[in-house]
Amino acid sequence: MIDNLPFLVVAITILLGLYTLLFRKDLIKMIMGISLIEAGVNLFLIALGYRWESIAPIFTGAPSLAMVMPTVQALTLTSIVIGVATLALLLSMVMIIYRHYHTTDVREVTKLQG
Amino acid sequence: MSMSKIIRTTADVMFMFIMVFGFYIVLHGHLTPGGGFQGGAVIATAFILLIVAHHMDDFLGWFKKDSFQTCEMSGLVLFIGTALAAISLGYLFFMNFLSGKGGLFGQFVPFGINQGFMSTAGTIPIMNIAVGIEVLGGLTIIILYMTSGIQSPEEGK
Amino acid sequence: MRTVVAGITLVVLGVSLLYAAISIPFGYPAMSDMDDYFLAHGQEQTGANNIVTSVVFDYRGFDTLGEACVLFTAVSGVAILFRLRKKEEDYEYE
Repeated sequence: MIDNLPFLVVAITILLGLYTLLFRKDLIKMIMGISLIEAGVNLFLIALGYRWESIAPIFTGAPSLAMVMPTVQALTLTSIVIGVATLALLLSMVMIIYRHYHTTDVREVTKLQG
Repeated sequence: MSMSKIIRTTADVMFMFIMVFGFYIVLHGHLTPGGGFQGGAVIATAFILLIVAHHMDDFLGWFKKDSFQTCEMSGLVLFIGTALAAISLGYLFFMNFLSGKGGLFGQFVPFGINQGFMSTAGTIPIMNIAVGIEVLGGLTIIILYMTSGIQSPEEGK
Repeated sequence: MRTVVAGITLVVLGVSLLYAAISIPFGYPAMSDMDDYFLAHGQEQTGANNIVTSVVFDYRGFDTLGEACVLFTAVSGVAILFRLRKKEEDYEYE
């Protein structure tokens, strides 16, 4: 069970992000929870493509020829950039909400309710 | 809103070193770890260091906002133009038409461990430079809009 | 009532995530035929020493095109949200 340490770290990170998203009532803390979940998913993608006793897939001055899988790292690059774009739009919307309501408590932002 | 004299002087010196490091990561994307997105984020960090250390009016006096918009737009146009240039030469869309031909980026690389030659890999360095310029313009524009949006939204400054 | 539902959801998802994390074998990927082809033929077909860059920009260039467009759309979305309000405009919901 101690060999699966990267997957255990992924599970704990996603659980912490879910707890922050469900149980906190401040908008900035909920955005931090979303960012934690995205970080956990990126780590899970990288940890899927590992082989024992292998090095990074680069041929410039490499010590050996046994390499890990390179496709998963390309998918993780795209996922990180999309996370940055989503985070920028979320933070901009929180700034506009603060300008109108003068508070960031999610229980007060109720003008569209009912 | 500006910081003390020690921080301003250090930021002015560190700006040049961070820009050179970022362009090194972008240009050697096909030989060492790195590439377009990573190097573009490093260069944007250099500009954001200048925004944080100086007054906003001083920074807008050195770099106009229109130059960052031009950077982002020209990066995306160069990326799509390189992909469409393969159609006009008779190949498919997005084909690597410069690798192995012996021209600008066309040296042939045999299989195995070598020490890395610069003029290889076809259209990949051109696409790296295009994406690096686009990410640099995009991230700096986001930070410029967010820091000027703290003021009141009426007409004028 | 709301916290009870949130607590039950968290416990169910937590148990399933921990069970999945323990039962996946780490270091022995299941089927790696495509990656073995990329590692064996990537250097002579594209000419790059960095196989990850050749996968991102040559073998899977469409995903990078979509990602550049997503970055452009996010920047234009931020620019739309922070525009200045002129004197003669008025909001409908003020």
